[in-house]
Amino acid sequence: MSAAAPAHDHGHGHHDDHAHAHPTGLKRWLFTTNHKDIGTLYLWFSLAMFFMGGTMALLIRAELFKPGLQFLNPEFFNSLTTVHGLVMVFGAIMPAWVGFANWLIPMQIGAADMAFPRMNNWSFYLVVPAAILLVASFFVPGGAAASGWTLYPPLIIQQGIAVDMTILAVHILGASSIMGSINIITTILNLRAPGMTLMKMPLFVWTWLITAYLLIAVMPVLAGAVTMLLTDRHFGTSFFNAAGGGDPTMFMHIFWFFGHPEVYIMILPAFGVVSAIIPAFARKPLFGYASMVYATASIAILSFIVWGHHMFTVGMPAAGNLFFMYATMLIAVPTGVKIFNWIATMWKGSMTFETPMLFSIGFLCLFTIGGFSGLVLAITPVDITLHNTYYVVAHFHYVLVSGALFSIFAGVYFWLPKWTGNMYNEKLGKLHFWLSVIGFNLAFFPQHFLGLAGMPRRIPDYALQFAEWNMWSSIGAFIFGFSQLLFLYNVIECIRSNRKSEQMPWEGADSLEWTHLPTPAPYHTFETAPVIK
Amino acid sequence: MGNAQPGGYYYAPPSHWPIVGSTALLIMASGGVMLMNSIDGGGPVFGVGVAILVFMLFGWFGTVIRESQGGLFNKQVDLSFRWSMSWFIFSEVMFFAAFFGALFYARVYSLPWLGDADNKLLWPEFRAQWPSAGPYLPPQFSPMHAWGIPALNTFLLLSSGVTVTYAHWALKMGNRKGLILGLLATVALGFTFLGFQIYEYVHAYHELNLKLTTGVFGSTFFMLTGFHGFHVTLGAVMLTVILLRSIKGHFTADHHFAFEAVAWYWHFVDVVWLLLFVFVYWV
Repeated sequence: MSAAAPAHDHGHGHHDDHAHAHPTGLKRWLFTTNHKDIGTLYLWFSLAMFFMGGTMALLIRAELFKPGLQFLNPEFFNSLTTVHGLVMVFGAIMPAWVGFANWLIPMQIGAADMAFPRMNNWSFYLVVPAAILLVASFFVPGGAAASGWTLYPPLIIQQGIAVDMTILAVHILGASSIMGSINIITTILNLRAPGMTLMKMPLFVWTWLITAYLLIAVMPVLAGAVTMLLTDRHFGTSFFNAAGGGDPTMFMHIFWFFGHPEVYIMILPAFGVVSAIIPAFARKPLFGYASMVYATASIAILSFIVWGHHMFTVGMPAAGNLFFMYATMLIAVPTGVKIFNWIATMWKGSMTFETPMLFSIGFLCLFTIGGFSGLVLAITPVDITLHNTYYVVAHFHYVLVSGALFSIFAGVYFWLPKWTGNMYNEKLGKLHFWLSVIGFNLAFFPQHFLGLAGMPRRIPDYALQFAEWNMWSSIGAFIFGFSQLLFLYNVIECIRSNRKSEQMPWEGADSLEWTHLPTPAPYHTFETAPVIK
Repeated sequence: MGNAQPGGYYYAPPSHWPIVGSTALLIMASGGVMLMNSIDGGGPVFGVGVAILVFMLFGWFGTVIRESQGGLFNKQVDLSFRWSMSWFIFSEVMFFAAFFGALFYARVYSLPWLGDADNKLLWPEFRAQWPSAGPYLPPQFSPMHAWGIPALNTFLLLSSGVTVTYAHWALKMGNRKGLILGLLATVALGFTFLGFQIYEYVHAYHELNLKLTTGVFGSTFFMLTGFHGFHVTLGAVMLTVILLRSIKGHFTADHHFAFEAVAWYWHFVDVVWLLLFVFVYWV
């Protein structure tokens, strides 16, 4: 394989700036414009926030271990659920995907870097002040925002300083996401190697192209929504105040116009990762590539017209409820296309089950459960009884934890050899998978029962009949939470070990970063574009 | 089709500007929070943040201008700029969409609902008719009339669209004098528009009793026109920078994307204004 060729093609002229003049030590990480460095920063940041959000989740589950107030006061409990949600969505899942995008998109399309390397650095370094604002909000008078991550008025209007910090953090995160998305779209549209047509791009690139489009479309809407919260709080406007002619449900409409596409922002890149891993371990090309692309686009378009299913109980007109119910159910069609394509890819494949494949299959089974419970919740009359119960909590953790997070794990194990040059410990990887699957299901499956039995979400105490499943849920949560320390260990152990990875650790992998580049990928890649046939 | 030309595409070297910008935003956000909650020292903290941000903007844009003048940007880089500016303007469209959405929702849903039979029991006096400041606040205000200053402002902005297009045409013809005159006229029209907006706000506050706090009408009126005015200010500042660069001779007939980006942005604020004129002032 002539893979190493690009590595010693350090250019001439102004190109030297890029190839040689990069600082080392702390300055390297602060000033870097290298997509791999920035990807690494995003991934480590995301991992740190994952543990922070996870700690909050375990505090919540510890409180809920048995009925009665144990050791948290209710206000603080509400702050924990709020900031757990915000940190996991904006601090853990989204930055992890941007980290993957940074590492992989330039390599997978044969580009030397992202289109705007300096802005790329800023996208990352904007996430940091936002995280500081969010976390610091726990320590101001009144405690962190306690409205739930959806920030609904009028509750959010009445709270203290922390809400302003949260709102400004959301503004900064929005700026970061928009810059990152513009960078990703421009890179994909303008920096592909000769011959890399759109329909030859790996599905991960396609899913990120569409994700970035969603981000640019909805992050500004969230910015607008929280700006109105801010002016309602401090400058006497009446957007969400019925006395002044406004309406609190107006916020819900604007928020969920952002919020529903946001869900797909977190899951579409997962589809991309799984579409890379399942073919590699089934040793067969992805079944129905083109239909995967069209299904992804359909999901994105539909995501703009289903937001009302988050608010079936607020008293929309019947026509609205019906429209949002049917539109929501339509999403099952393209999603089903994807699920069946992945299954068809495995059909008669010569399969092996290393950790990335295990997590991908775990994703496939468990995400489908989350999809089905979503379909249940899409039915308006059913949702009216299940709204704001633990059934909803179970549903979205099935799509976000066993959906988005499991595929992040799958992707990390899959690309660790490419990133670090070393192989992770397969036995410990599998152990991490099994502990995660068992812990996760124990934590969240019983929540379906709790919800069906009527247990409301966001409460620190509950009626006695819910005690037993809550206990099991808490036990599962702790198993799941602590087994993530094993993930941390696996990553660090992989980086430090000297189990050199082969050039092609996965024989079925066929995108450019495997076929055209050495393992580990050198600091600068594709300074001469490959020609794709 | 991919048309990458590595070796030719300019990838920026490591830079300290982004982290300076992040520091500025963190300080600004802290100062803003302090100001809004009447904590001592908020003003100075916020001011320091703004100062650092301005320093960063000068440094960063200065670097980009030097890179451009140094001939580092080839056609492909130029195309990246075109894609990115288009998507940035799309994000701005969506930002305004949130506020227009609030306006339409308030007029089409909230207000009629507040006037329905149930609410008659609560507020028997209330007539749910736009413009409204809601059932609780006394509705003694007058809305801004469309055919006074707003119509004049529409004329000013539309004219500025013509003058900036003239400047572009002159630039492409290699007519520097026309370029500079066209831009001068555009900047002048932009700032005149802003002057009228400020006058209109003063008029609203003092004579019409129309304030930001005047219920949902005041909220949507001032937020929409206010954010638009802010964008016009940004656009006018950017046009001024482009004017100064034109005087310095930075642009050539076939290499002037900075000019076009600002012109696109200017047309965008123009279109937003037309929507404002129709939906906020007129109907």
